[in-house]
Amino acid sequence: MKVHIDEHRCVAGGQCVLVAPDVFDQREEDGIVVLLDDSPASDKAGELQEAVVVCPAAAIRLDQA
Amino acid sequence: MRRVVVVGASAAGLTTAEALRRQGFDGLLTMIGDERHPPYDRAPLSKQILTGQWGPEHLRLRPESDIEALDLDLRLGVAAAGVDRARRTVAPADGSTVPYDTLIIATGVRPRPFPGGRGIAGVHVLRTQEDAVALRDRLGSGRRLVIIGAGFVGTEVAAVARRRDVDVTLVESAAQPLARIIGRDAGRFLTGIHRERGVRILTGVRVAALDTAGDAVSGVRPEDGRLLPADDVLVAIGSLPNTDWLRGSGLDMGDGLVCDVFSRCAPGVYAVGDVAHNLLNPADAQPFAPVPYFWTDQCEVRVQAHGYLPGHAESAVLDGDLAQGRALIGYSRGRHLTGVLAIGMPFGAVRAWRTAVARRTEWAAAASLPAPA
Repeated sequence: MKVHIDEHRCVAGGQCVLVAPDVFDQREEDGIVVLLDDSPASDKAGELQEAVVVCPAAAIRLDQA
Repeated sequence: MRRVVVVGASAAGLTTAEALRRQGFDGLLTMIGDERHPPYDRAPLSKQILTGQWGPEHLRLRPESDIEALDLDLRLGVAAAGVDRARRTVAPADGSTVPYDTLIIATGVRPRPFPGGRGIAGVHVLRTQEDAVALRDRLGSGRRLVIIGAGFVGTEVAAVARRRDVDVTLVESAAQPLARIIGRDAGRFLTGIHRERGVRILTGVRVAALDTAGDAVSGVRPEDGRLLPADDVLVAIGSLPNTDWLRGSGLDMGDGLVCDVFSRCAPGVYAVGDVAHNLLNPADAQPFAPVPYFWTDQCEVRVQAHGYLPGHAESAVLDGDLAQGRALIGYSRGRHLTGVLAIGMPFGAVRAWRTAVARRTEWAAAASLPAPA
């Protein structure tokens, strides 16, 4: 599974970090998302799908392949 | 359950449709939306669209291929006009009839109109991408914009317009902008930021009427009799739930649609929130208890809120200092911390406080403890 983030859409809400802290973090200076792991193990699928849903800016995409 | 109809091509309608497909629903999934656009993001309308940083094409919530993969019966540009719950059908305004086993209501809100303002050139609301583009194209150096209502929409637009050297007047009927939602101290702080940047803010002022010249607006008349000349007027006095089409359906409508904690309004009828799980697993329905989130850009200051703020009993600065331009303000209802507002705070700290809200921390403890680690 591949995770894609769009920094330009990100609004620094930090919702993704709350649901998947092993995959996402925020830059300290402006809160923009930082991808810690762009190919997480499949047991993270639930968290990642929730991150996609809760992102207020639709800045996260998952590539299931 | 073979046929689900989602009314409202909103972000909430879209994520519900996606969750249904992801959790294995392979029946017919219809989405009805009154705008002609596929689901789009409204938050940038008062931000990147109004500044001109983004064109409307940036608003799409998903690429076209993702929408296609949902295999939707997508009906855009047509509003739902009614529902017959006995026969389980929805009636779009184009005269067709759409049967459902389950109906999901995601029709959202519309701007509260100013009485008599409709149809006057130069009188704007801000809800759709067309609204935002129309307002953007009118903002230019030296033009006069009067904004009725100093809520989050009104203040965000004021900030953007000032940056484009527009002459901006904010008219607010309450004694202090934003205070009802975020409390007096935070409201005063944000109001100060706007005044520093040259926004004229009139408080405790009710608007009686709009003046026109020909078919265009020429000014705003407060009840005190003065005239505020305007080339454009933005009406930003809150919103109304889009529930007119449900009139006569027998659904319980207060200020919006009344649902139980599982987002159920009636047998076979749900309002959005995260309803997909409960739809597919009615025997194992999970209560919907989100910590809502919103953010607003007030000039260059990012303001973030987690939880419930309006109608709070108490508010207090829990971390930082408003005088320094960075603070974390907590809000209570009952004996619990129910919401936090962060102004210019480090992002890690805001997340920790959000967790404190989710845990329903005791207010007395939150107000006396050092910031959570």
